[in-house]
Amino acid sequence: MTDSQRVGVVRDINGPIVTIELPGVRSGEQVKIGELGLVGEVISLSGRQAVVQTYESTDGVRPGEPAAGLGWPLSVELGPGLMGGIFDGVQRPLEKIALESGDYIRRGLTVPALDRSKEWEFVPNPELAPGKQVSHGTVLGTVQETETIVHKILVPPGIAGELEEVAPKGDYDIEATIAHVRDQRGRSQRLSLYHRWPVRKPRPYFRRDDGISPLITGQRVIDTFFPQLKGGKGAVPGPFGAGKTVVQQQIARWSNADIVIYVGCGERGNELVDVLESFPKLEDPYTGRKLMERTLLVANTSNMPVVAREASIYVGLTMAEYYRDMGYDVVMLADSTSRWAEALREVSGRLGQMPVEEGYPAYLASRLAAVYERAGRVETFDAGSGSVTLIGAVSPPGGDFSEPVTSHTKDIIETFWALSKELADARHYPSIDWVTSFSAHVHTAAEWWHKEVDRHWETRRTEALALLARDAELSRIVNLVGPEALSDAQRWQLEGASLIKEGVLQQSALDDIDTFCSPQKQFALLDLALSIYDKGMALIELGVPVTELQNMPQLARTRRCKSMYTSDQVDEIRAFSVEVANAFEAIGLEYAKQRAD
Amino acid sequence: MSIKEYRTASEARGGLIVVRDTPGVSFGDRVRITDSRGETRDGQVIRSADDEVLILVFEGTDDLDLEDIWVRFMNEPVEIALSPEILGREFNGLGEPRDGRPPVLSNIHRAVGGSAINPAARTYPREFIQTGISTIDGLNSLVRGQKLPIFSGSGLPHNRLAAQIVRQAKLIDEESSFSVVFAAMGVSYADAKFFRDEFASSGVLRNVVMFVNLADDPPVERLTLPRTALTAAEYLAYDLDRHVLVVMTDMTYYAEALREVATAKGDVPARKGYPGYLYSDLAEIYERCGRIHERHGSITMMPVVSMPSDDITHPIPDLTGYITEGQIVLSRELQNQGIYPPVHISPSLSRLMKDGIGKDFTRDDHPRVAAQLYALYARALETRNLASIIGADELSERDRRYLKFADAFDSRFVGQGESEDRSIDATLNLAWELMSMFPRDMLTRVSETELAKYHQGSD
Ligand SMILES: Nc1ncnc2c1ncn2[C@@H]1O[C@H](COP(=O)(O)OP(=O)(O)O)[C@@H](O)[C@H]1O
Ligand SMILES: [Mg+2]
Repeated sequence: MTDSQRVGVVRDINGPIVTIELPGVRSGEQVKIGELGLVGEVISLSGRQAVVQTYESTDGVRPGEPAAGLGWPLSVELGPGLMGGIFDGVQRPLEKIALESGDYIRRGLTVPALDRSKEWEFVPNPELAPGKQVSHGTVLGTVQETETIVHKILVPPGIAGELEEVAPKGDYDIEATIAHVRDQRGRSQRLSLYHRWPVRKPRPYFRRDDGISPLITGQRVIDTFFPQLKGGKGAVPGPFGAGKTVVQQQIARWSNADIVIYVGCGERGNELVDVLESFPKLEDPYTGRKLMERTLLVANTSNMPVVAREASIYVGLTMAEYYRDMGYDVVMLADSTSRWAEALREVSGRLGQMPVEEGYPAYLASRLAAVYERAGRVETFDAGSGSVTLIGAVSPPGGDFSEPVTSHTKDIIETFWALSKELADARHYPSIDWVTSFSAHVHTAAEWWHKEVDRHWETRRTEALALLARDAELSRIVNLVGPEALSDAQRWQLEGASLIKEGVLQQSALDDIDTFCSPQKQFALLDLALSIYDKGMALIELGVPVTELQNMPQLARTRRCKSMYTSDQVDEIRAFSVEVANAFEAIGLEYAKQRAD
Repeated sequence: MSIKEYRTASEARGGLIVVRDTPGVSFGDRVRITDSRGETRDGQVIRSADDEVLILVFEGTDDLDLEDIWVRFMNEPVEIALSPEILGREFNGLGEPRDGRPPVLSNIHRAVGGSAINPAARTYPREFIQTGISTIDGLNSLVRGQKLPIFSGSGLPHNRLAAQIVRQAKLIDEESSFSVVFAAMGVSYADAKFFRDEFASSGVLRNVVMFVNLADDPPVERLTLPRTALTAAEYLAYDLDRHVLVVMTDMTYYAEALREVATAKGDVPARKGYPGYLYSDLAEIYERCGRIHERHGSITMMPVVSMPSDDITHPIPDLTGYITEGQIVLSRELQNQGIYPPVHISPSLSRLMKDGIGKDFTRDDHPRVAAQLYALYARALETRNLASIIGADELSERDRRYLKFADAFDSRFVGQGESEDRSIDATLNLAWELMSMFPRDMLTRVSETELAKYHQGSD
């Protein structure tokens, strides 16, 4: 504790909510509670008393213990050394903590996020020279943070003026001085490789831009049917076991983002371990480097203190914005935003605030919207562009999508991947329901697909969805009057829809080959299924009985193609498609001959 | 702080008392309350202010005469004494003997509240446990360090299933057996006796610690019971290097006790009167299980959750499912057909199965066989449904095949004897036998090589 700290006293401990008396303390200020020095944040002030939410368990704290104000709001450290790490909800490095305190997290530890002893090679920006005007976003130099990530050292927000000096190329720890800037008031500001930023304040950018290119996730039902854009905001709602976490982990693994920030917010410890153990071994399909080099984890598991859960989302977002400012496309996955909302509810309940729906406070919707608003594609101050894509899992109680968190989220986001219990129970994965899901980005994504993959993408996509809709209609009829009532053409429609479901939509995350599917392969599979459907329909119109087509061995093959051919073997899928076309033609000729005889 | 007694209790409601004019009392500390007859009750500080303390009384507040009690702040957290002697013993939720034998003497005392495992210290669980039950081993495999609850309902054989698992659970090629921590909350005398007899007759009793709170014991004590039991489990696993299987029954009564106290405290309810923190509270319990780097022991957990009115969306099973690594769901319909164990596979799930099965663990074809069986059964259930609407005669030949499969699957794969211990090989072979009711072209979830190797049909 430094001299500048003011010291007060603890008055009341009610779980994580502690009332203190501390003259001059400000709302949002960080405080240290008790002899253990548990860190918390002032959430309301009334008279001489301040209410603090603490990020750690308050067991053992007594009224009368000291409380000290730290003078700043909840902030994170931003600088090289974040990538590949795992941090708790208030950005304490969990691997370091394990070294210091063992298997269980001891309370009252203060461990800075960034390693103070590690040195980084700093390469100054050759275009800079003393005397030059610099401001927020000016690149002072770079540090190779991991093999894949070049960390740009930018002038932090709020600093502008004349560059007095910039350090020469060399190894520096993060506290070493790398530049001095004389600001407008003539004061010399010292800059190092890192700075701090208050997490609840969005980082500034030059200008907001529209999203233009899809975030390719390698998941067919997402990329082909309900695409997300880089800089977009999306939600994955679903009951437990429907596949929210797998969807998020698949995006973390296979999306073409530069950086992935995975926030485990109130979920299982083992799910983070899964990422921690598998990502260092998995290769990024775009760069060939290990996935962990571009990944950063924030963990507040369900058994960790609730208040830090609320903070964890902001901590993740702030780091995401920081890399965005360097011109990267960042994806942040938040699993689950419902746990974040429940943390809000818990604190508001303890404060005695009036609940409006299912115990949630009235400000739930506006807080949610503000969180998602931090996603987006922006023009950065150094004229580059970067983005934060935010994808939140939503865990509705009882799987009921009309509950407050799901319904408010639905109003805010642009891409909605609704998971269905029925599909998951039938082991149709990903269980993204093609009827209730939506994407506002289809037209924008189409431009990319038409240019990069195939100009029939949007038509094919529409045809597939129409066939699926027809399938639902026919299934209702079957349930009323039985399958015998269907015509051959209708039966072929059912078969076509089944090919789309099994050959295209279903994609196992556990299949070594099919876990990732390139856009080219996605289109090839879609086109294969639809052309079989089209060709078969043409034959049925000629009078070929549907059973003849249903017995074709190529149909089973078509369902297996996804896991037989890799993303590099699209030509084999095309060749197979030609083989199928020939088989259909043969049936057609045979049939014509029979008719002629 | 000297240990002093206070006579300033001013209010009592639903298991809580308020004591005024207290000195700074530590949040979470243990409290002892003595009445005029010299009988004592235990409590815990759940809110502590300058001048007033709120205490949760584990034995409840019935018949407490506030005028005539002494409250003593023990200046220590709620903790239990631990030694290898706990094995073979039976305790209550506070760790006090229930078996008429003397208390455990030890200088190892641990606070029952526990603290959070650092996720960076965990190891991903991946050692397949063979339970000998086909629906579990084949389709919802359990691994060492997993928390896999049984979702059940009144009158369903969850206890018998749990007991069978305790009897049969083993690693495929390892001799080491499990130590068992058994936690009973709010169950009937008969249910507790069933387990006690079961442990005795299968000869594992010396490897079991029981923590018991019966239906007519004070409900508030149920709040600490699972924590006490898990503290013992952690001791067995991490101090004594044992692999521990924790059976907890019934989490529903635990949650109901929590609701009772929350209501008395005036906490804002979220759903069905349960407080918003039920999720975090359950997670504190369930997440104590797992595997930790460089520790030899492990904690595997099998809680029983009875679903009120068989409703899986009820907050207790619902929040449990959001925390645990899957669930085994029992079905009344299968039970009524006389099928034991009546495991309904569709809503059942094991999330940790993926890394504990397959080539290096069970058998190469296992993951795809499971996926295929699930797909066939889902379609078969749809067909059954259709048949019940339009009549089986209206079905196509293909559909009738599904119907036949559904019946064979229920009676032969799901159904098995209570002492039938199937090896994983036997389970997978049985799966292929059933799958062979379909021609190869209809089995697209398994590979063509696997079909060639295992499919028993002629086509
Ligand atoms: N795409 C997928 N491929 C294969 N299995 C999946 C897929 N999605 C989900 N699963 C299965 O479903 C289980 C539950 O998924 P998970 O994402 O953990 O659900 P949630 O987060 O919605 O509770 C997983 O453990 C896995 O077995
Ligand atoms: Mg999940």
